[in-house]
Amino acid sequence: MSIKDQAAVVGVGATPYYKRGQSYPQSELEMACKATLLALEDAGLTINDLDGFAIYSYSCDPAQVASTLGVPEVRFAASLTSGGGGCAGALGLAAAAIHGGMANVCVTLMTLQQHKRRLGGSAVDGVLAYATMSEGGGAYGGSGIGPSVAFTANNGLLSPGHSFSLLTKRHMHQYGTKREHMAEVVMSSRENAIRRPLTALNRKPLTIDDYFNARMISDPLCLLDYTMESDGAVAVITVSAERARDLRQPPVYIMGSAHGGTGRWGPAIFRYFQAPDDEFASSGHRPVAKRVYEMAGITPGDVDVALLYDHFSPMVIMQLEDYGFCGIGEGGPFVADGNIRWGTGSIPVNTHGGNLSEAYIIGMTHVREAVEQLRGVAVNQVEDAEIALVTGGPASLPVSATLLRR
Amino acid sequence: MTDSSTATPNPFGELRQGVFPSILKDPHADETTQPFWDAAADGRLVATRCTNCGTFRIPPAPYCYACQHTDTEWVELPGTGTIYTFTIVRHPLAPDLAPTVPYASGVIELDGTQGAGARMICNIVDVDVETVQIGDRVEIVWERVSDTMSTPRVRPIGGPPGAGA
Repeated sequence: MSIKDQAAVVGVGATPYYKRGQSYPQSELEMACKATLLALEDAGLTINDLDGFAIYSYSCDPAQVASTLGVPEVRFAASLTSGGGGCAGALGLAAAAIHGGMANVCVTLMTLQQHKRRLGGSAVDGVLAYATMSEGGGAYGGSGIGPSVAFTANNGLLSPGHSFSLLTKRHMHQYGTKREHMAEVVMSSRENAIRRPLTALNRKPLTIDDYFNARMISDPLCLLDYTMESDGAVAVITVSAERARDLRQPPVYIMGSAHGGTGRWGPAIFRYFQAPDDEFASSGHRPVAKRVYEMAGITPGDVDVALLYDHFSPMVIMQLEDYGFCGIGEGGPFVADGNIRWGTGSIPVNTHGGNLSEAYIIGMTHVREAVEQLRGVAVNQVEDAEIALVTGGPASLPVSATLLRR
Repeated sequence: MTDSSTATPNPFGELRQGVFPSILKDPHADETTQPFWDAAADGRLVATRCTNCGTFRIPPAPYCYACQHTDTEWVELPGTGTIYTFTIVRHPLAPDLAPTVPYASGVIELDGTQGAGARMICNIVDVDVETVQIGDRVEIVWERVSDTMSTPRVRPIGGPPGAGA
């Protein structure tokens, strides 16, 4: 028994995407409600049908959303653990809840506002706040610093970009990956974004010179290798495959979904970097990739479009390897050969512009694009797209993937 | 800015290029980590080793990830190692940290261990950051931060290129 083909995504809703902080004075709760209602409407359902929350990264408080919107009865409320790595896998959680008879209509959503806080800044701000206040005791006095923190606090690597620079540098060393390869990921995403005036936040044409002139942040990653910082909310609705056939939109079936990773990957990112040598310079997705293909019963060659979590451009290269679109270590030359370009490449990647150029709503923009591709209504439509791969992470465990089909 | 009588003191203290300040002044140790910091204060690098299978683990953890045993012994390491990977931070984490960039920090595989379980992440000091390479040999240097804490950093063995003997 598996969830293969047992459930389908039937509704998508989203607020506009905003640059960091610009969604204020709306609240995250308000945006979550807005996206949920739009997704239900898209499916031809109402708030009276909604009974499940299958989320990730504790993206919202189901209690607040349900009480605000007047959901008659919540029957399922669960989140994948950790952060953005779970976005794709939350669809599998929804499918499992539905197939297991625990819920009928699940919403998966992310709502994000970076008005008062910035993602990725928490580790930094926390430690720096500690540093500045520690002399006088202050708010952190007596608690909050665990005994393992001292092993990393003073090394100067305290942001996500620093972490992914370490993986990238190792990948470059082991396989000869170059900055030109990362530039191709960035430029391909930008080209896709330029054709999407309705959603994409960064549509400025980009040359290779622009890339190499961009401010270096954490060498080898420059400003353009980093995700944008955005606000907004995206929600999708999942129901059983049977029910999906009677709804407003063509069903997008969940062929397979997997999340997790090796135990030793768990502490690899952001902390002690102890993944074994054969996994270190990777996206951490290999075991998840194997399982998701097995569940769906397909191979990488069957995938028509890949929506790969791109908080940092080289992580696209490593995921292309780990999902079998090319050999391990061959991701750089693979993208340089034009393979990820929309319209001409062998596996179009991030046709919406990705986190790098469209918007960063912690992975849900990728889910939305996968659904639009399989409905045949994407702006950068991949001709006859039948199967889409959508991923979450690399990040702390779990990372995740879902295969969708029309 | 050169007039020290009017300049606002930097909350991170006196900063220099290449060195990330020890923002944590106390290790907040518990009984499982205290021996590490005791040795550090003494200028020695020690690590816990599983008494059952010999796997090292830094920082100390309640179980061996290889064999799930709990007993460990503290072992003194040579304090040398190899740069496994690194980054050069060129944009500061906060405006007050601008004088520190560029600085290099990276993952160090420690001699006397078996790699992944006993890596440390250190600021790489006393070096021209532009010359740092994966595979470079380094040694630990301890920066005395307070009565309770000495921060481990690494520097190239033999000092920076061209520095002379």
